Amino acid sequence: MLKINNLHVSLEDEDKEILKGVDLTVDAGKVHAIMGPNGSGKSTLSYVLSGKEGYNVTDGSVELNGDDIMELEPEERAALGLFLAFQYPIEIPGVGNMTFLRTALNAQRKARGEDEIGATDFLRLVREKAAALKIDSDMLKRPVNVGFSGGEKKRNEILQMAMLEPKICILDETDSGLDVDAMKLVANGVNALRDEGRGFLVITHYQRLLDHIKPDVVHIMADGKIIKSGGPELALEVENNGYSDLLDEAS
Amino acid sequence: MEMSKHNTDAELEVKKSTVLNSGWSAKARSDAFDRIAKSGLPTARDEYWKYTNPKTLTNKIVEKASLVTEHESDIFKSVRPLKIVFVDGKFSPEKSDKLMLSGLSIERLDTIKKLDLHWAKELYGRYEKLGQLSVSRPLAAYNTAYANEGLIIHVTDRVERPINIIYEHENEYSDVILHHVIKIDSNAELTLLESGAAAARLNQVLEVEVNEDAKFNHIRVLGRDHERRAATHIFGELSRCSIFKSFTLTVNGILTRNECFLNIAGDDAMAHISGACVGDGDFHHDDTVFVTHDAVGSESRQVFKKVLRNGATGVFQGKILVKPDAQKTDGYQISQSLLLDDDSQFLAKPELEIYADDVACSHGSTSGAIDEDALFYLTSRGISKPVAIDMLTMAFLAEAVDEIDNDNLKDVILELLSGWLERRR
Repeated sequence: MLKINNLHVSLEDEDKEILKGVDLTVDAGKVHAIMGPNGSGKSTLSYVLSGKEGYNVTDGSVELNGDDIMELEPEERAALGLFLAFQYPIEIPGVGNMTFLRTALNAQRKARGEDEIGATDFLRLVREKAAALKIDSDMLKRPVNVGFSGGEKKRNEILQMAMLEPKICILDETDSGLDVDAMKLVANGVNALRDEGRGFLVITHYQRLLDHIKPDVVHIMADGKIIKSGGPELALEVENNGYSDLLDEAS
Repeated sequence: MEMSKHNTDAELEVKKSTVLNSGWSAKARSDAFDRIAKSGLPTARDEYWKYTNPKTLTNKIVEKASLVTEHESDIFKSVRPLKIVFVDGKFSPEKSDKLMLSGLSIERLDTIKKLDLHWAKELYGRYEKLGQLSVSRPLAAYNTAYANEGLIIHVTDRVERPINIIYEHENEYSDVILHHVIKIDSNAELTLLESGAAAARLNQVLEVEVNEDAKFNHIRVLGRDHERRAATHIFGELSRCSIFKSFTLTVNGILTRNECFLNIAGDDAMAHISGACVGDGDFHHDDTVFVTHDAVGSESRQVFKKVLRNGATGVFQGKILVKPDAQKTDGYQISQSLLLDDDSQFLAKPELEIYADDVACSHGSTSGAIDEDALFYLTSRGISKPVAIDMLTMAFLAEAVDEIDNDNLKDVILELLSGWLERRR
């Protein structure tokens, strides 16, 4: 489904290479986790995949279901089914959450040649999905993420994911800033979306999120590369011993 | 009497003999003439015209303003207003509704010349003259001296149905002077809507007296003709517990100077002046606002938002003057621009002058581009970049548009704004 091949990326305004040859394939129906120390390039990978400006791809390729997506605009990637749950969701004063959700959903449908969703159907859908995430109607009415607590912002990300039904979901430190209850709520939201047709790339610092979202594969990223891949037990190893052993092993 | 101070050959004629000898208003006109004779017409050298060159407003020759094909006569139709139409500054009885509405009387400046309308006699030019005390406003004095058309409205009750003055522009070289006077009695209320391009060149004065516990609600939309030029002045006087609210939307216009001078003379009165403008290319828009607090416990707000692109220019000069006895004044002023490219510019001069010691006043002015993080967030959800930019632009304008109380009228303004943005995607 998502195929990252020898991806090299540097920052646009300084000649600094952040990703130094990332190889990673996420198959449909699978959950892959990426762990790694600060500054290893995890968030950069999520931004580059979703099309944020400010990065130069100097080598390599990324395919989503066979389409090369690196030349595409963020909205085109979204329409192909790529979704990034932000580590720090952006507050947008003056843009209502509902308007935002409906505009996004219909833009994607239109881009895929599907019919736009009507107001009534949209309302029913959003209420149903919001209820599962304990997002009340007040939160839906407010401007996007404005005045939301850390937990509310992350739940709002998962609500967007549930509404847009992407094919590949990238979760960038979705557990950061969450207490245990909020993390369970978010994890339940993610697990509800797990199915055969959908792949996940879960970026996290901590094993605890992976207790709730069980990964199929765990990758360790350091200095812009995947240095080790394995099963869920790899995350436990990190939790117990930290990264130093793995880093030594790699060098 | 010839103008000697600014002796440019092409300026408007300012001769006492050319002032209308018009009965009841003769004294006011003669006084106004003396004011302008003293000050001269504005020039680019005047401090108050530092950011806006008045040359094309004072030139004898009127620059051509092409006509947009569609009229904007019906933009306020959802609130079913009483329509009063001026075509290139001339009142049109055919296009207008009958000038009758319960709770007010409407006279025309050009037809009451012979009458001795006492209250109007006292009012015509009075607040314009007051507005000259702080800063000279020669175009307004010129207007008082020379205006031949306009409305004289006396509101005696709470009038629910709005009045919509519609200014149609049909002559590419029309040079129009309009002077309206509105007196709102105690406990009375009026909603005034204005719309349309009016003329190739418009000089307009609106004088409003808002008496105790009265309310004036004003929404105007300056017409879309790209090449039109306008200098407008609002002069308002607020009595105790009165409310004055004015919102102006400007889309297009090669040159617009909107001055607003309010004197809060009664305790616990409230004045809100706001505006949104969107300009593309050859667009120069100047809001110059002066609010004087001369009473206890009054509140004023100035909220102005400008969206500028392709080299458009926005200007804001805003002042809050708090006189020594105007304790408990609450004054707020914000002017912001959203610059959609590097060629556009916003020039702002916010001022506070406070002589009372127990007041809360704040002002702020910012200039910025589209927030790239917000833009990425929206596009990452599948919203195309042009649509996302429009969403963020509308969000930026929201604070000014939210100053409009009436939801129907707010929707009219929002629709005009989003339509303008969509056409430019």
